[in-house]
Amino acid sequence: MKHARNVIILIVVGSAVLLFGVNVMDLAPIVASAEAQQVDWLFGLHMNVIAFLYVLVNGIMLYSVFAFRRKPDDDSEGAYFHGNTKLEIAWTIIPLITVLFFAFLGSVVLRNVSLAAPNSMDVTVTGRQWSWTFEYPEYGIVSTELNLPVGRQVNFKLQSEDVIHSFWVPEWRLKHDTVPGQDKYIRLTPSEEGVFKVRCAEMCGTSHAYMLATINVMSQEDFDIWVQKKLGVYEGPEGGEEGEVDPVAEGFALSQSGGCLACHSVDGSPLVGPTWKGLYGKTETLTDGSTVVVDEAYLYESIVDPSASIIQGYADVMPKNFGDIFSDQEIGYIIEYIKSLQ
Amino acid sequence: MNRIVRILLGFIVGFVAGIAVLVAVRVLLGLTPMPATLAPVLFSGIGFAILGLLYGFEPSLGLTRGFIGMAIAMIVGVVAVTHFRRAMGLDPAYALEPAWTMAAVLGPIGFMLGVGAVTDWLKWIFGIHTPDQHGPPEGKPAWTRYFGFDQNHKVIGIQYTVTGIVLMGLAGIFALIFRSELAIPGIQFLALDMFNSLVGLHGIVMIAAILLGIGGFANYLVPLMIGASDMAFPRLNGFAFWIAVPSALLIVAALFFGGWDTGWTGYAPLSVRGAMGVNFFMIGVFFFGFSSILGSMNLITTTLYMRAPGMGLFRMPIYVWAVLATALIQLTGTQFIGLSFLMVVLERLFDLGFFNPAEGGNVILFQHLFWFYSHPAVYIFILPGLGIVSELLPVFARKPLFGYKWIALSSMAIALMGFLVWAHHMFAAGMEEALRVPFMYSTMLVAVPTGVKFFSWLGTMWRGKLSFPTPMLFVLASIAVFLIGGLTGPPLATVPTDLFLHDSYFVVGHFHATMFGGFVFPFFAALYFWYPKITGRMYNERLGQIHFALQTAGFYIMSLTMARTGLLGMRRRIADYDPDLGIQNLHIIMTVAGFVIFFGVLVGVYNLIVSARKGEVAAANPWGSRSPEWQIPSPAPEHNYEEPFEVVGEPYDYGLPGSVYVDMHPSGSKTAASPAH
Repeated sequence: MKHARNVIILIVVGSAVLLFGVNVMDLAPIVASAEAQQVDWLFGLHMNVIAFLYVLVNGIMLYSVFAFRRKPDDDSEGAYFHGNTKLEIAWTIIPLITVLFFAFLGSVVLRNVSLAAPNSMDVTVTGRQWSWTFEYPEYGIVSTELNLPVGRQVNFKLQSEDVIHSFWVPEWRLKHDTVPGQDKYIRLTPSEEGVFKVRCAEMCGTSHAYMLATINVMSQEDFDIWVQKKLGVYEGPEGGEEGEVDPVAEGFALSQSGGCLACHSVDGSPLVGPTWKGLYGKTETLTDGSTVVVDEAYLYESIVDPSASIIQGYADVMPKNFGDIFSDQEIGYIIEYIKSLQ
Repeated sequence: MNRIVRILLGFIVGFVAGIAVLVAVRVLLGLTPMPATLAPVLFSGIGFAILGLLYGFEPSLGLTRGFIGMAIAMIVGVVAVTHFRRAMGLDPAYALEPAWTMAAVLGPIGFMLGVGAVTDWLKWIFGIHTPDQHGPPEGKPAWTRYFGFDQNHKVIGIQYTVTGIVLMGLAGIFALIFRSELAIPGIQFLALDMFNSLVGLHGIVMIAAILLGIGGFANYLVPLMIGASDMAFPRLNGFAFWIAVPSALLIVAALFFGGWDTGWTGYAPLSVRGAMGVNFFMIGVFFFGFSSILGSMNLITTTLYMRAPGMGLFRMPIYVWAVLATALIQLTGTQFIGLSFLMVVLERLFDLGFFNPAEGGNVILFQHLFWFYSHPAVYIFILPGLGIVSELLPVFARKPLFGYKWIALSSMAIALMGFLVWAHHMFAAGMEEALRVPFMYSTMLVAVPTGVKFFSWLGTMWRGKLSFPTPMLFVLASIAVFLIGGLTGPPLATVPTDLFLHDSYFVVGHFHATMFGGFVFPFFAALYFWYPKITGRMYNERLGQIHFALQTAGFYIMSLTMARTGLLGMRRRIADYDPDLGIQNLHIIMTVAGFVIFFGVLVGVYNLIVSARKGEVAAANPWGSRSPEWQIPSPAPEHNYEEPFEVVGEPYDYGLPGSVYVDMHPSGSKTAASPAH
């Protein structure tokens, strides 16, 4: 009985400490969607049970190692008992009820995060090796950046042009795969303004690590302005920061959000496509053996019609639709950015 | 000539000969002497160099003949496909992928013919009688039997185990290479495709290593523990081991053919589009499946039909229960991974659109087929390890196993329930949404029998007389590490939290903890525990403790750090990560911990190699075990027991005065049957 008392004290004290720890620590990134709150609540509950069970098993084991170790001059055998049916039933039934309860909570939370809000906005997400595009059917906009108003539920329709990708924003928690040939849906409600990233979470080939897209969650007013600008109907005052566009900085932002940098390095290292460092002005040999000096016309052609002239040693794998995604002005910014990389 | 000189010479001559053979074959086929890419040249050169090395080591080894057979078969494959294509008027006649895929299909067959694994069966077809083979091959040194086809279960067990350790080392090196790349953000020294291939190789070669490690101990121990003189089908047993060798070679050879960038899961359609290394990887896994299926069939038959008199199912050593449960999964599940990979290879070669939506295929079908095996496979990896924990704890606690029947039946429960939970890998994949809820419930239920094992282990330790030699240290570490793996499971089984954690490093931490706690730690516990039985000598205790300390501390830190980075947004299988996530220091810690683990294992392997020659001669029963294999001399004789023993008591009645588990001489004088300890 002395041992039972000691071990209970050990477990109570140990789990108090660990429970305090897991409840004080920030285990996950900031909560930036309404759904994340629910997920974190369930995860927190899991962590409390995990902390208790961790102390329970380790506590009894470490106590046994200490209290029941064999003394150097003792060669007697341990206590002789084969088991205890009541205990066995108890530690079958109690975990059974616990896991069933958690599965039940899981299904409740799953239902809650799947509910459709009345004013939700549709956005079609398309993944391809290795970039994302976002279509806003409501406004007729296509963008390589995901701009969203805060507080409004978005019903994402997920599509893929080639292989499986996965749409994940850690700050929003929930993720879902994009499946070639099928439409999949996931609802998320951004609750924090700020800049985040979509991070492809399903292995999708060479540049999987760099398949990122920028997200800007903004106020409804800023979002409306962005929509108007995108549609070319913005007539309000130019904000100070937006008055002067720096083509190089703009080009960098576009090539990052457009996924260009997943395949084209800017430091000279070879990825799927030619590096952009020192590319402008260089003389390159094409697959048909002819040579070309990389100038603005060549760069423009390579962006809108990548198959037309391919540099030797590279495959014809670049998506063909950047001409539809970027405006000519935006392509001009990207070319300026490439020119700056000498 | 000195053996080392011959090995070196063989390697060099082999390399040159390999290139010469390639050129000769190409000229005979009417091609340019040199291919456009360097990879086949390297493959051929290195392949023949290894053959030359083996030949220099010992010309008449079965392994060497197996290599020759594999080389001939692969050449036949390339030539046959090229002639076929020419006859069909296809252009070009020589195409890399079909030709070398045929080579990969024929290679293992050639290997099996060469190594002699099917010689007896072929002779039987022609009515030639062949006796069972006993003892080392005639006229050759005894050690050569370990490098050729042998029918003795203990030899095969050692072949499995050593091959498993070699592959584990290889897979560990793959991991250290890409882990070093990940230590700091940015791309340091690995090309992206190479990184992706190494991630996949680490996974699948580790899986192969684990399956071999499991097969090793099951083969060595089950006949000994149940009182059989050998396995039910000795030739099939040898076949099941040897087919794994060319399979593993094909998997690693994928590196020469562009690698494959899908991870070990090989999800379609990425695997359908990837480099042709995919074919080598998938055909390798397909052949490896034969090893699992045939080996498990043999183990089930042996366990059910060849037990000693008096050994009812509930009087078997608990480890045999674990092996039986594992074998049932292997026998019934392995076909599904083979099928899913075969479909990908066929889609690649013949445009059969199984997984192509444009041709009416379905992308998610692949995942269902794949996980129907690959989830239960997880229980294949851990059940024998958990069996070893249950087997060793009573010996070192000097107490009966707490709740024997509950533990035995919990293994069977896990094996059966394992087949009902596969879709929890697909919660985020776009499977039928409503089905996610029942799969969440079934997955959560697996926690119940797993919990029974943990609590029974604690009950076994309670009020025991615990001693802590190296095997016991590894048993305790198994429990502590498997606990991390087990406890991180439920958040992954619950759909909403899984949609957060899926494909993140949290999952990586979770399954590494289950694999280490469920296989790696118990595997080393078993190696140290049965080492005196296998070699007749003791390992070095001090080195064993160092191995334990390094591996346990390294792994504990690594798995917790992995889980932590996953929560912060680190994704699986990425070659580079975003420093903004605040995970840079964690990656450095993880990398250092990885090297610590590897160094610990090196100490362990060094211990096992050196002690085999220089260790103290072991006492007959150094652990005071009641199990029958400890009542006979070490190393165990060729035919295990002089006469069949009889089971007269319970297996784990430590602490019950005067009781024995087995009567070693049921026919003779009772005085000879001195009980252990």
